[in-house]
Amino acid sequence: MINYDIVIIGGGPAGLAAAVSAYDSGVHSILILERDKELGGILGQCIHNGFGLHTFKEELTGPEYAQRYIDQVLERKIEYKLRSMVLEISPEKVITAINREDGLFEIQAGAIVLTMGCRERSRGALNIPGFRPAGVYTAGTAQRLVNLEGYMPGREVVILGSGDIGLIMARRMTLEGAKVKVVAELLPYSGGLKRNIVQCLNDFDIPLKLSHTVVDIEGNERVEGVTIAEVDEKLKPIPGTEEHYTCDTLLLSCGLIPENELSRGMGVRINPVTSGPYVNESLETSIPGVFAAGNVLHVHDLVDFVSEEAAAAGKNAAAFVKSGMAEGERHEISLSVEDGPRYTVPSTIDPAKVEGNLTVRFRVGKVIRNHFVCVYFDQDRVIHIKRPIMAPGEMEEVLLKKKFFDDHPKLAKITVRVEEA
Amino acid sequence: MDKKNLICIGCPLGCPLQVTVSDTGEIIKVEGNTCPRGDAYARKELTNPTRIVTSTVRVLGSKNGYVTVSCKTKTDVPKGKIFEVIKDLRGISVSVPIHIGDVIKANVAGTGIDMVATKEIS
Amino acid sequence: MYDIVIIGAGVTGCSVARELSRYNAKICVVEKEEDVCCGTSKANSAIVHAGFDAAAGSLMAKLNLIGNLMMNDLAEELDIPYRQNGSLVVCLSEEDRPNLVKLYENGLKNGVEQLRIIEKEELQALEPNISPDAVAALYAPTGGIICPFTLTIALAENANTNGVEFKFDTKVTGLHSVKDYWVIETPNGSIETKCVVNAAGVYSDVFHNMVSAKKIHITPRRGDYCLLDKNTGNFAKQTIFPLPGKFGKGVLVSPTIHGNTIVGPTAIDVDNKGGTNTAAEGLNDLIEKAGSTVKDLPIRQVITSFAGLRAHEDHHEFIIGEVEDAPGFIDCAGIESPGLTSAPAIGKMVGDLLKDKLSLSPNPNFNGTRKGVLDPKTLSKEEYAKLLKEKPAYGNIICRCEGISEGELLDAIHRPLGAKNLDGIKRRTRAGTGRCQAGFCTPRQMEILSRELGVDQSELTKCGGKSKLIVGTTKDRI
Repeated sequence: MINYDIVIIGGGPAGLAAAVSAYDSGVHSILILERDKELGGILGQCIHNGFGLHTFKEELTGPEYAQRYIDQVLERKIEYKLRSMVLEISPEKVITAINREDGLFEIQAGAIVLTMGCRERSRGALNIPGFRPAGVYTAGTAQRLVNLEGYMPGREVVILGSGDIGLIMARRMTLEGAKVKVVAELLPYSGGLKRNIVQCLNDFDIPLKLSHTVVDIEGNERVEGVTIAEVDEKLKPIPGTEEHYTCDTLLLSCGLIPENELSRGMGVRINPVTSGPYVNESLETSIPGVFAAGNVLHVHDLVDFVSEEAAAAGKNAAAFVKSGMAEGERHEISLSVEDGPRYTVPSTIDPAKVEGNLTVRFRVGKVIRNHFVCVYFDQDRVIHIKRPIMAPGEMEEVLLKKKFFDDHPKLAKITVRVEEA
Repeated sequence: MDKKNLICIGCPLGCPLQVTVSDTGEIIKVEGNTCPRGDAYARKELTNPTRIVTSTVRVLGSKNGYVTVSCKTKTDVPKGKIFEVIKDLRGISVSVPIHIGDVIKANVAGTGIDMVATKEIS
Repeated sequence: MYDIVIIGAGVTGCSVARELSRYNAKICVVEKEEDVCCGTSKANSAIVHAGFDAAAGSLMAKLNLIGNLMMNDLAEELDIPYRQNGSLVVCLSEEDRPNLVKLYENGLKNGVEQLRIIEKEELQALEPNISPDAVAALYAPTGGIICPFTLTIALAENANTNGVEFKFDTKVTGLHSVKDYWVIETPNGSIETKCVVNAAGVYSDVFHNMVSAKKIHITPRRGDYCLLDKNTGNFAKQTIFPLPGKFGKGVLVSPTIHGNTIVGPTAIDVDNKGGTNTAAEGLNDLIEKAGSTVKDLPIRQVITSFAGLRAHEDHHEFIIGEVEDAPGFIDCAGIESPGLTSAPAIGKMVGDLLKDKLSLSPNPNFNGTRKGVLDPKTLSKEEYAKLLKEKPAYGNIICRCEGISEGELLDAIHRPLGAKNLDGIKRRTRAGTGRCQAGFCTPRQMEILSRELGVDQSELTKCGGKSKLIVGTTKDRI
């Protein structure tokens, strides 16, 4: 059995940042397992710019951002295996993986960092009625075909979902010669960044129809058209509002789902709100020594925060290894949410383990204007920050200062909520 | 005199901006912004809107099965030239090795700005 | 001149083909699609019915039972995933009990073994997620679940290996008799044959009516289905039916042989023989109805929905046999449920008919065994390690949701009647049937198909014909 102190599942931006951070924390027995033919994860197909504003104070394209971290991994000579698929992880941290060169192999890990990223919601999961022709793609699959294979998936495109991937592909398809006829969005607001609405839709006069969805797909062999309808407050199509669009392609950008098959398989407790693992202040899951970061933990909007989160996970994985992989006593305090935030990462904190300031991230469930983000330690309000606007499409953060924990030695509960005043 | 509406993209707030423009195209006033970045954005966007353009071209000789290399304009180019930039990339193939920053097409579409590679391909 | 031409490569046509391949004869199957199993055979409940439902004394009832009894052996011979998980017909109120008893008695008349009525307590022990309103159920342990793709493909492969020709992309446009043989017109030329077997599914009335004065009428009856994530695999243990109604067996909830849960079908008559499009009302209807026999159906875990068309003949009965006013033309028409179950029996019935009619002699080289696409998960650790050394392609995972490797794709592409498109790979290997619905593996499958078939990726399709996956290359129209 091969042994590594830390095994990182997935060599995308989260895995790379975790590896570098773990290494710099003093643990050098590290292995990254990556299923694709290169490191960098999804960034390899994100050829647009906008990455790295926070991390590098530069606006980089996806591949450039990835290369910054790949370079750090190479400089440190951190080991990695490409084209290697992890099939299973046991609760005892034995990883079973497979590739062409090594066949089937097992690795005993001292600590594991889960950084498997996420997948896209499919047409099937959306239950869109109609025929099932060729030409219905999730935006990410289309992005791979265009950007990495150089193929056009279609010429006349309708896009369902105004999340960033849908918006980016609206521009991408247009620039490669396709006609994007409309972007339909189920909710009354777009889930994507404002800059993408301007630079991907407005720049090209592509209409955005909020509160609309696709109710029918035509075409027995290849898409021939779609029908869009307006939806009511319950998100149900309103009869009589149907509009037909002739097209040969339907791209879907309707949500990302953290890829936790391996996590579930090993018994890691999953939060049904995020579909990612419950983690504590160290980003450790319900299994001691198993950490999670990046999109597999909760879907992010900015890769910069992924890198930051993953660096913390890597550091903590290294600390776990160095402490002899003993868990020790934990005093868990739950974080509750009220009136706005749908969840927090982390969901529990042991104050004794908080060394410096602790970042808590969350998303709200609807657009909220001119309210305050508040954090209570028991009954004391310790954070009260005005936020002119909060939206489900923009992940929020609050910083819990070490001082708050020191000032509340008998802390029993932390609450994150949104208040009017 | 004309009033134009824009949304500022400087930060997630997305302030709706109202810009008063003279008949000769001069910016008379910017309203609706809640910080100086909004004012700067509105002025630039209405007088000289620019964009970074990203795309892909074919790559030849890759050992790892790559057929495309991603690229970008080194800095922003006039918004009106986006399609010309793309047209200028038609038919271009580059051979390995490619490094980030390698010039794919110099002075693309006559903008004075180079199209450079954004990926390492060997 | 062929001895027999079979129109339609669905489960019926392929079963007849395989049966006939036991004999020395020149046989051909003509199919309008690019592959076998593209019609009703690919979009049904995948149930091997116990046989209590069909009207006593009918041909349906007789062939259902025979087919059910043949299925275990056939599954073993042809390496088809099949399991007798048992069927339950649920009675939701005491008022309906007489109907349950009638169904039971009908089943006894049909010769169904081990059939019995069970009461609430036993029902709940057998099926923990059964509706709390259920008072009793008809329990048929001989009911089973099968992979309808593999059943059809295995029959076809075995027929082909034993000498039956398959002509794909060959639509039959006309039929007429000349003296003592038949001429079949297709866009690729005419085919002459002594006998024709009409196994054309929803189009079987079209061909029958070309040759006979006594018309039959097929109404395509659409069934919508929802398939749920494998996480729900243990939700139902048996196949759960409501009491049957006017339009058929009703909406069932069942595990599938591959570990999903299937919910469906609806029963909606349509005009269009190609009308396999699902509709919102259909999907909503089936979700509502399925909810009546079970509690807390995990419908939110749907990973895909689809629809198939039953070939419903006006008289709701199989029409199998030589057409009186068209000698040499053998109908296999109106094959709606229990068509899948009856397929082995239909094959035998038509096989015997044609053996006698044409005095066919046995084919000494007939080999009735067929091995399916190797599933590495069935191997022992040592066997698996050996496989990976000898064929490293099995170490390259293509479909991460179902864990399917390049090795399996290569097997599917290069075997008799191998896969030529994404749907062909899907039905032979299950790549693309998982929760991401081919989002991840599509580009990888395309690469492998292109390389193995020696065609450009722009030629690749989802299911043949015009279903191209890509339309060109970047900037090609700028």
